[in-house]
Amino acid sequence: MTERLRQTVRRLLAEDKVKVVIGYGASKAGTPAPPIFVTRPEDADKLEWNDRCFANLSVYLTRKEVKALGKAAVVVKGCDERALVVLEKESQIDRSALFVIGMACDGVGAPKCAHCQVHVPRFADEVIGTQAEPPAPPNGPNGLDRLMAKSPAERWAFWTAEFSRCVKCYACRQVCPLCYCERCITDKNRPVVIDTSATPKGNFAWHITRAFHLAARCIGCGECTRACPAGIPLGLLNQSLAQATVENFGYRPGMDLAAEPVFGAWSPKDKEDFIG
Amino acid sequence: MSFEPKIIAYVCNWCTYLGADLAGTNRLEYPPNVRILRLPCTGRIDFNLIVKAFEMGADAVLVSGCHPGDCHYTAGNYHARRRWILFRRLLETLGVETERVHFTWISAAEGKKFQQVIGEITEKTRAMGPYAAYQVLSGVSK
Repeated sequence: MTERLRQTVRRLLAEDKVKVVIGYGASKAGTPAPPIFVTRPEDADKLEWNDRCFANLSVYLTRKEVKALGKAAVVVKGCDERALVVLEKESQIDRSALFVIGMACDGVGAPKCAHCQVHVPRFADEVIGTQAEPPAPPNGPNGLDRLMAKSPAERWAFWTAEFSRCVKCYACRQVCPLCYCERCITDKNRPVVIDTSATPKGNFAWHITRAFHLAARCIGCGECTRACPAGIPLGLLNQSLAQATVENFGYRPGMDLAAEPVFGAWSPKDKEDFIG
Repeated sequence: MSFEPKIIAYVCNWCTYLGADLAGTNRLEYPPNVRILRLPCTGRIDFNLIVKAFEMGADAVLVSGCHPGDCHYTAGNYHARRRWILFRRLLETLGVETERVHFTWISAAEGKKFQQVIGEITEKTRAMGPYAAYQVLSGVSK
């Protein structure tokens, strides 16, 4: 598959179909494949495809510096591609000005892969490889089920302990393909909405904001959890909101191009059993 | 000294604020524990405001606006309702005491309902005691 990927990239660049290809580069065994930006056909051999290609490269498409390079091609897995669907829906990318190289993927060994429903990209311009037998989904409770089985006080204690390690590096924000605001609310200081220091209250405010700004948008790529240097399971908050989004609105972000985004619409039938 | 709950009420300009006004002009008494903040519409009430209220030591928060179909801006309250459905889930996931976050629809004609709602929330919060968990976190506990 790596060879076919390189061939495709070489052709795209040689024929000047795209100016830059965002893909995965080589890394030492056991370490994640870093993103690389290939602009010359002869550099296509630097691209790699292996089971350490964790990163969701669609995050770079909304960056000014990358946009300045010209028309891009991006290497995505099926799960990453969901981000492209959401970005397109939110008018952040022009799909016609983008070449999508989809990699059929058997899973990269991340926890999310066990529940993956999109092993093969569905909207890519070119799909490379085929997918082997899909792995059987695991049985038994997952991390979110275990968290929600606790009492509210225990959950509060759990998050207090987890957030106490947060140093506000904002890696969770930087790595997220859907956190694309040029100026994040936490960087705004007139007025200060979120306490910017890594205090308990500032950390709660930040993580509440981060999770909720992704509500009904998060595609569950799990990059936030992977990027967190403190090992905080941030993805649990997003998973919980994703679950609520399915339960209440039957909506899975990035799955259906035609579906109306949850927060762009409303229905008179939305439940209101909690409103007095 | 006995505990007096602090309640922050974010209300919309067109319905609940006028409901509160009606309660006032009708001389309906309600507990003075509530601090009313008027916003244009429930659709404008950012979830960060709820977080901020707790950070600053609130024991309960009320968010209130026009009944469905009554919104001055046609659909602000429908959008808000959708947001609250998910926001409540996030609070539950974090273990925030969701019984301290109240949502109601109170129209401009429901001064009586405003009085009742504030009375009920005050009594409920008084029974629960101060929101110690968040106040410790924010460093505002007494």
